[in-house]
Amino acid sequence: MEATSLTYLNNGHGAASWLLTRDHKRIALLYLISITAFFVIGGFFAMMVRLELLTPAGDLMSSETYNKMFTMHGVVMVFFFLIPSIPATLGNFLIPIMIGTKDLAFPRINLLSWYIYILGGAFTLVSALSGGVDTGWTFYTPYSTAAANSHVMTAALGVFITGFSSILTGLNFIVTIHRMRAPGMTWFRLPLFVWAHYATSLIMILGTPVIAITVLMVAAERALHLGIFDPALGGDPVLFQHLFWFYSHPAVYIMILPAMGVISELVTAMTRKRIFGYEFIAASSLLIAVFGFLVWGHHMFVSGQSTYAGFIFSALSFLVAIPSAIKVFNWMATLYKGSVSWDAPMLYTLGFIGLFTIGGLTGLFCASLGLDLHITDTYFIVAHFHYIMVGGSIMAYMGGLHFWWPKITGKLYPEWWARVSAALVFVGFNLTFFPQFIVGYLGMPRRYHAYPPEFQVWNVLSSAGASILGVGYLIPMFYFAWSMRYGKDAPANPWKAKGLEWEIESPPITENFLTQPIVTEEAYAYAAKEHGPDHGKPVTA
Amino acid sequence: MPNLPLFPEQASVQAGQVDAIYFFMVAVCGFFGLLIASLIVIFAVKFRRRHPDEVGAAIHGSLALELMWTIIPFFIAMGMFAWGAKVFFDLYRVPAGAMEIFVVGKQWMWKVQHASGQREINELHVPIGRPVKLIMGSEDVLHSYYIPAFRVKADVIPGRYNTMWFQATKPGRYHLFCAEYCGTKHSGMIGSVIAMDPADYQVWLDGGKAEDSPVAAGEKLFQAQGCASCHTAGPTQRGPSLANIFGHEVKLQGGGTALVDDAYLRESIVQPQAKIVDGFLPIMPTFQGMVTEEQLLQLIAYIKSLKGPAGPAGSPSPAPQQK
Repeated sequence: MEATSLTYLNNGHGAASWLLTRDHKRIALLYLISITAFFVIGGFFAMMVRLELLTPAGDLMSSETYNKMFTMHGVVMVFFFLIPSIPATLGNFLIPIMIGTKDLAFPRINLLSWYIYILGGAFTLVSALSGGVDTGWTFYTPYSTAAANSHVMTAALGVFITGFSSILTGLNFIVTIHRMRAPGMTWFRLPLFVWAHYATSLIMILGTPVIAITVLMVAAERALHLGIFDPALGGDPVLFQHLFWFYSHPAVYIMILPAMGVISELVTAMTRKRIFGYEFIAASSLLIAVFGFLVWGHHMFVSGQSTYAGFIFSALSFLVAIPSAIKVFNWMATLYKGSVSWDAPMLYTLGFIGLFTIGGLTGLFCASLGLDLHITDTYFIVAHFHYIMVGGSIMAYMGGLHFWWPKITGKLYPEWWARVSAALVFVGFNLTFFPQFIVGYLGMPRRYHAYPPEFQVWNVLSSAGASILGVGYLIPMFYFAWSMRYGKDAPANPWKAKGLEWEIESPPITENFLTQPIVTEEAYAYAAKEHGPDHGKPVTA
Repeated sequence: MPNLPLFPEQASVQAGQVDAIYFFMVAVCGFFGLLIASLIVIFAVKFRRRHPDEVGAAIHGSLALELMWTIIPFFIAMGMFAWGAKVFFDLYRVPAGAMEIFVVGKQWMWKVQHASGQREINELHVPIGRPVKLIMGSEDVLHSYYIPAFRVKADVIPGRYNTMWFQATKPGRYHLFCAEYCGTKHSGMIGSVIAMDPADYQVWLDGGKAEDSPVAAGEKLFQAQGCASCHTAGPTQRGPSLANIFGHEVKLQGGGTALVDDAYLRESIVQPQAKIVDGFLPIMPTFQGMVTEEQLLQLIAYIKSLKGPAGPAGSPSPAPQQK
């Protein structure tokens, strides 16, 4: 590639060429910058929480401040980092290229969804800066509607607004995947990353309106005293939990399904081996999307909901674990007799499989009715969902960012530093969150500003781990930024991977493809012959 | 050497049942977790890339393997479900003869009243070896009553009653936590559950300040709030007699029946228009805001205690009804 060639990055200069762009790749970068900013903000709140919990007494900050810290941590990380993270950056950048087209179906709506996201984020930041909100990211009623004096309205409106960004992104992906696949790109030749985003988009479209309506009802009740959730006005506080989790449990799958899609790509590219059980991985994404809508009641086993409803929700929660297990087994089988690279994307992939497995298996503890009675609302739950969301989603996001960085920027990142930070993230993560399983089973409730002294040792370990984890996240921010200026130029296909994105230049041209690509083979066709004696043999290119 | 606690104390009959599931889950999930982790390491080392242009073997999949790792986890998961559901069911089925204690949560304290009238705040004294049922309500927002050493927890919800039961096995002082976030001093809404030998418990009960029992306090309220004027047989009676109604069904206006339980009585006091007993007029005013959650529990305790000469449960008195 010549230095002067026209790419999407240098095709147009100045703020307007970025802020008014309709190029899915530039919009992906706008998202990348914005979600990184929110990640830093959310990370700051997490650090404050971990610092406070170093000692049993609430001595670093007041209870009001502490409650705002964990609330803002949850709101920012869930709604402004995790939900948009992979779909809005990697998904936005890659889906059109992977299916062989030049943009999403609705480029203007794609840009609009970014502006909506920024507007929602602005509301949330205003809420944080003007004093913060202290309801927990779950906004449980009647505390949020009748008791809390903090800035619930602005935070709720921020969540409401940003939901539309999700809905529009999901809509865009679904239409694009249905209508704009290249000739020959049949459904069963789609990369699994695309399948995962298809399933995610279904949840975004079907689930997000429910949370939007729910937080709007909270806002309406606060402003107008409507009496939907507040029992003093004739409402039902538990109704809120049903509505909230009807979205927010599927939202967990909005966060993890794209991560599974990334891992499916990485595990095959980094072993240069066809994915094991393609159809089963694709189908399990859809099964997760469907079953994910039927398990919300497992957040409410102690809320006094009917015992028999509890039975159904528990059984379905155990069932939803099966498609996830299928994916893990298929990734494992893909490693078998692969050519396993030890570069950073693979380290993140292997880390993901391990941590996601722990997160999934401890999910079974929480799905068990009798056991959940003890561990719900304790640090056991906190540990469990961080294993899924941080150990799962963020590990996959980091892995994907490293893997596609050469394609996105046209530059190589420094491999040694990347391996070091991947190791730091893995060690720091486990040290942060594994002790929380133990302190949770000991009975330490979540959202506690002060706690009995016998829990201290586990909290100190956890805070120590968090500082390592923080360093592990900071290093990539520096070397990614460094590589954009000083990194080596990336070839079109640095990983010798399959997929349409590796057949075009790095970075791509604005139109992605000079001529319409025609797909003639399945995804991941690394070796031609079934059970051929190819292992260990060089590629004949 | 720092103290490294791994495991909470077991101090109730429930604790052993919950821990048995826990150990089983740790064993099964630990086995699979270690298996997967070891396979990752073994495969990553054994099949590491040895040549920059190397590719993996051409293996597409295996239906037999897919079926195996779908069906085996399915049966394991259903086994786990059944066990958890069984323990949960037992934790919700209160044994007959359980001792009833009223608990009211408010920001940020736990108020308790025993059947004998004893009150306490942020503490709960209970005898060992006897099932104890807590009837819990909230004055403001959601709370959750959690005793880790007993492995029991239930949300405390404004506007309704939630119950839980336990049977302590070992005398001692155990943590009591609020487990549902309830605002600024959530982490200060803690206390102790003190399990005592029955004899010590009796001594504690006798030693407390003499206060009205919930029933006696409820009777006073029944008079003071004017309930008696309409709900006592006689010329002024305008509401159903309350004697012997608890645990029975009443016929409702417009058809249908309702079981008279704690929740029904609570609703009939704070939202009297919600269910009207057949044969009466919807004339009762609401008492919402006029009686506290604790007073509601006392009124209900009094109504439960009413045994009288009245006929079939909830029947209108023989006095003629206007219009």
